[in-house]
Amino acid sequence: MKNMKAIFMKQIIDTLRNKTVFIQFLMFPVMAVIMEKAVRLEDMPEHFFAKLFAVMFVGMAPLTCMAAIISEEKEKNTLRALMMSNVKAWQYLISIGTYIFLMCMAGTAVFAALGEYQGKELAIFLLSMISGIILSELIGAVIGIYGRNQMAATSVTMPVMMIFSFVPMLSMFNETIKKFARIIYSQQISDLINGLGTSEVPFKISSENMMVIAANFMIGIVLFAVAYKKKGLE
Amino acid sequence: MEVTIKADHIVKSFGSKKVLDGISFQVRKGQIFGLLGPSGVGKTTLIKILTGQLECDSGTGEINSVDIHKLTGEDHKGFGIMMDNFGIYERLNCYENLKVFAQIYDVKEDSIINALKKVGLESAKKTTAEKLSKGMRSRLRLARVFMTEPDVLFLDEPTSGLDPATADEIHKMMLAEKEKGKTIFLTTHTMSEAEKLCDYLVMINEGKIAEQGCPQEICRRYDHQRMLKIHLSDGSDIQFPHNEDAAEEIAELIKNGRAETIHTTEPNLETVFMELTGKELV
Repeated sequence: MKNMKAIFMKQIIDTLRNKTVFIQFLMFPVMAVIMEKAVRLEDMPEHFFAKLFAVMFVGMAPLTCMAAIISEEKEKNTLRALMMSNVKAWQYLISIGTYIFLMCMAGTAVFAALGEYQGKELAIFLLSMISGIILSELIGAVIGIYGRNQMAATSVTMPVMMIFSFVPMLSMFNETIKKFARIIYSQQISDLINGLGTSEVPFKISSENMMVIAANFMIGIVLFAVAYKKKGLE
Repeated sequence: MEVTIKADHIVKSFGSKKVLDGISFQVRKGQIFGLLGPSGVGKTTLIKILTGQLECDSGTGEINSVDIHKLTGEDHKGFGIMMDNFGIYERLNCYENLKVFAQIYDVKEDSIINALKKVGLESAKKTTAEKLSKGMRSRLRLARVFMTEPDVLFLDEPTSGLDPATADEIHKMMLAEKEKGKTIFLTTHTMSEAEKLCDYLVMINEGKIAEQGCPQEICRRYDHQRMLKIHLSDGSDIQFPHNEDAAEEIAELIKNGRAETIHTTEPNLETVFMELTGKELV
């Protein structure tokens, strides 16, 4: 526990001074607040920007942060110093993962407040965000483990992040993209969140939502297990 | 004398390349033990095996009488490791960098300040690591090792790439630790460092031990000429065989005040290494 606490505390200080990582946690919540307050268009769905940026946030922040932190520690050999100080790889991953999760949950709280969700809607919103954050962290960890250095990790993170973050937004304007996007978790999360507070009919989670997210989880876990077994953390 | 580190027929291969081929030695308590060899010869690999970070293919070893295959977290507290390429958190200051490891090792915060004092970084405790010079970074890595007050220190090329003045400061710190009875396992490819610091040396080449002993003893062993070289006051040099027959003549030169300096013809460690391996130590 003390090892995990040490890494967690280190990450708090480090992130506060690392603008490239810190901005990931702030960018979308801040943009959502500004856009929600400043932009009003005719026929625009209620809380449009809060929902849009929440999905983009889920596909981007946890994924890029996880990959960036792991790959930087590998490149700078700080991870090696930790491993040689008897810190276990799982302790490191859980600490970093927990830190990113909590930071993303702070952002999620902003989106929830903007969306004015309450009761069951709030629970569904939080569950959707939590599953998306964890999945994105898993994918980010896989990239971080495979990346030899930050440059290599970033070159993979960018296209992957674009898919999970931007495709749900693009699918609003194009039916073909929407068809393909249905297989990714961020599209399903987008569907779930966009369904909140929009009709008089009680909200329902569809079996497609559940199955796609579960399948994405399975794939994420398998990819992570393969990457971890093959490359470890050193 | 008590043995602190023991290596017994350690073998390690990476793919088809045998990096360590039956390495055996013993390090006594309170010694500075030097592992000498060119870059890429397996010095770091051996440290990793001895500290339980890497499994060897065969062979065994002990640290503080504990089998290296059975080292626990508690055993790890008994030794400190400083590797040349160990990273430092760039955005954290010196104090914060040490605090991460102080929490991991359950070390009190006073020890952080003491370690910074010991390596001369107390005034730079609030300086972020990215602003430190190469020498200061090495000292910070050393502080990380000193902080836990381990009995055994593994120092992997601690002065590599440093200027002579900083290297000398680090040598003094190592000798001070030795004075306190600490055992130091030092890897280096710098001859002068090995000659100056080490009580016992093991030279490795192509995975095997090429030679071992105390530095002076090794040099004497390879003094094939066995001559005494005398520099005379008139500027000329004269050589005598290192035996009884030359004693009277040498005594005469000293009496007459003609002998300015007397040297033996022992080779230095670099020459010995070249003789043994046909390679230079780089």
